[in-house]
Amino acid sequence: MTLDPATVAAIVAMAVVTYLGRVAGFFITGKLALQGRAKAAFDAIPPAVLVAVIAPTALTTGWPETVAAAVTILAATRLPLLATVAVGVLVVVALRALS
Amino acid sequence: MNPPATAREGARDILPAMIAAVPIGMLFGALAVGKGLSVLEAGLMSILVFAGGAQFAALELWSYPVPVLALAFSTLLINARHTLMGASLNPKMDGFSLAQRLAAAWVLTDESWALAERRAIERRITPAYWFAVAGMLPVAWIGCTFLGAWLGSFLGDPKRLGADFAFTALFIGLIAGLWKGRATAIVVAASAAASALAYIAAGPPWHVAAGAFAGIAAAWCAATPERATP
Repeated sequence: MTLDPATVAAIVAMAVVTYLGRVAGFFITGKLALQGRAKAAFDAIPPAVLVAVIAPTALTTGWPETVAAAVTILAATRLPLLATVAVGVLVVVALRALS
Repeated sequence: MNPPATAREGARDILPAMIAAVPIGMLFGALAVGKGLSVLEAGLMSILVFAGGAQFAALELWSYPVPVLALAFSTLLINARHTLMGASLNPKMDGFSLAQRLAAAWVLTDESWALAERRAIERRITPAYWFAVAGMLPVAWIGCTFLGAWLGSFLGDPKRLGADFAFTALFIGLIAGLWKGRATAIVVAASAAASALAYIAAGPPWHVAAGAFAGIAAAWCAATPERATP
């Protein structure tokens, strides 16, 4: 049970930006209705960030990771979230053993 | 309806999401200790940040020395959607005091937002409903983070079990849940290409900013501009 100062600083920074984002909406009066390109850009933020985080692992690590990512994409189209994760992990373990 | 009955309805509505949070929370805790966080640090992140997607993204970016600015930036981007959710709920929550609003924001999640919006179609959102529907999820999330982190500390090297790839698989599953056809495909392709190139050319953490920017810019370019506004 230890607390590293830099780790705590990162957690607090994450908490502050998250809470500010959450609380800001509750004090906006009137409608915040984005349209057209602004709405498309805002809607794109979650998938754009999620893809950006994993792209190096999926595309630049080695063929087992890239193939496993492709199989996981297939799994994601027909399985629930946890089953998708299980398929991805099992495939990468099997392919790493082969490589 | 009296507040206890309303709170019971909120609790019933959030129950499926709480059950789903049990394995995901435990996975987060186990991966966090695999990345070098202590059990207490993993639990502290779930208490203070309480945002699953941003927390998993943070672990994927985690290294020592801790890249504080990159972690805050990634978190800010992933959680920016909460502002729109809060702004949409705000006019439907007129019975809330200032203190209740400040507390209500802390427990805002995708799940509680979606359930509250559904309820708001028929009736006003009261504090009793909100704090039941939104306030119970952190209990499951935080508790399971501690449990998973404690169990994970016995597992040893996460890479041996392929657990390092769990992020990639989890994120693919989350992106599939956000899928809206062609518009999403353009974002994913632009972000993946820019992120991989930036990772090779500049290294972490620049791939996150490059991929996020490319994906957002691609969505902007691909969308139909607003009518009549030149």
